[in-house]
Amino acid sequence: MHMLLLVVALVIATAVGYKLLRAVPPMLHTPLMSGMNALSGVTLVAALAIAGAFTMGRYLGAMAIVLAGINIVGGFLVTHRMLKMFKKHRGEDNS
Amino acid sequence: MSGAWYMAGIVACVAGVIAGIRLMNSPRTAVLGNITGACALGFGVVLTLFHEGVATNLLVLGALLLAGILGGMLAYAVKTIHMPQTVALLNGLGGAASALVGLAILIGVDVVAVAERGASALALMVGAVTFSGSLTAAGKLSGLLPQQPVQVRRYRLYSTVLAVVLLGAALLLACNVGAQTVAPVALVVALGLGVLFAIRIGGADMPIAISLLNSMSGISAAIAGFAVNSLLLVAVGAIVGAAGFILTRIMCGAMNRSLRVVLAGATTTNARAATVEPDTAPTSDTVPSKPEKPDPVTLLREAETVVIVPGYGMAQAQAQMQVKQLADMLQERDTPVRFAIHPVAGRMPGHMHVLLAEVDVSYDLLFEMDAINDDFSSTDLVLVVGANDVVNPAASTAEDTPIYGMPILRAGEARHVIVCNLDDKPGYAGVPNTLYEQDNVVLMEGDAAETLKTLIAKLTDA
Repeated sequence: MHMLLLVVALVIATAVGYKLLRAVPPMLHTPLMSGMNALSGVTLVAALAIAGAFTMGRYLGAMAIVLAGINIVGGFLVTHRMLKMFKKHRGEDNS
Repeated sequence: MSGAWYMAGIVACVAGVIAGIRLMNSPRTAVLGNITGACALGFGVVLTLFHEGVATNLLVLGALLLAGILGGMLAYAVKTIHMPQTVALLNGLGGAASALVGLAILIGVDVVAVAERGASALALMVGAVTFSGSLTAAGKLSGLLPQQPVQVRRYRLYSTVLAVVLLGAALLLACNVGAQTVAPVALVVALGLGVLFAIRIGGADMPIAISLLNSMSGISAAIAGFAVNSLLLVAVGAIVGAAGFILTRIMCGAMNRSLRVVLAGATTTNARAATVEPDTAPTSDTVPSKPEKPDPVTLLREAETVVIVPGYGMAQAQAQMQVKQLADMLQERDTPVRFAIHPVAGRMPGHMHVLLAEVDVSYDLLFEMDAINDDFSSTDLVLVVGANDVVNPAASTAEDTPIYGMPILRAGEARHVIVCNLDDKPGYAGVPNTLYEQDNVVLMEGDAAETLKTLIAKLTDA
């Protein structure tokens, strides 16, 4: 893919992300961070490319897959656990 | 799979991730948002499996399976109290993966363009700093490493030297000069820089450090995206980088510290001298007439409005259950109870919210600093549970201390204040808390959970 296109994608994603993320209330900052953390495991995609591409990359790539995979799976599940705890009990009398 | 279809799939995947984040702006939709994000990312991974032709590669599938099992086990084994270090640890793993990708490209592939080699070198370095920095932070949060900031003499000199070495290495690697030796050296140097950065961070600055490391893990993923030409990686990495950056800024703002100062190494211990004159505390005009301190149980029983201020001490003492019990008891007596939460209370952004959510405190009772600060003066009773610096009135008077200028919860303005802290020592910032000296404040020293248990028992008998 063209380098320039990637730069454009970088700028757009940063701007859109910045705008959306600022709307997240402080109450949800820990789950937000943990969710973003899970997303950073997206580098798994690069590891897949590496692991399939060449001999030397196989083992480093496999290691990277394991690490990034734990990051993604663990991150999303931890976030899920946290988010499920947030409840509004007396929703009926002051919603 | 053809390039066009793959591209379309990746764009859909990025859109899914963005939609998920959009849903994160309310606790009601956040669960769905997280699931949306996870599914979108999972979709992208599956697409890539086929696109790269590794869907039948046993090594790859085995690695994925292992990751799924380990990640799942980790997520279910961890307790809420261990959340900060878990988040830090997971963050480090993402950084490590990016570093490995960079390393693999640098030492394994001969025919790569300069830009991609350069990106690989940067992914290696940023990823490694993220990894060692996050592990150091996790070690501190879990108590394996000393929680106090470690003073590093000539930190600036060392970090500058390491950064310059890394810059040189990046240039060599980009031009493919001696990559087989330079890359591992760069890896080690970057790991060292990460440790050097995080080891000096103390507990109170931890929310800033964690947010910053979070941002860096995203940046390293985005850089790795440039190295392997992946739109998905660049876009999602950039979003994570932006998220971490926003949190870092919010945390810095809440402590009135500039990021530059934190990075430059002005850690909180610099002012351990704590040159606060034990002056007359900013007096509240509602000082009770009796010279001796009133009985806390009576205060609780007679209070018409109560605000609870939790801090890191509540997490340490695991007192959130008692806090909830007490709040329930008060509410049964028709005493309105609210919670006031400082942005940097705890060790990560939103730490208190998670702890209170765990014990089923409904989130509509939790108020941010700006929303509740004006109400303190009309509040009967404030119960401070393990919070110190964030309620210290000295923040507005004690110049030259780390907390000077930090916005605080003005708990001292309430008619009565009960403080359940471990001791009357200064908080993390090392500045004596002038709140303790106020006439309307009752200090109950000891483990917050035990103190609250006693209070609850007495309140039940009463």
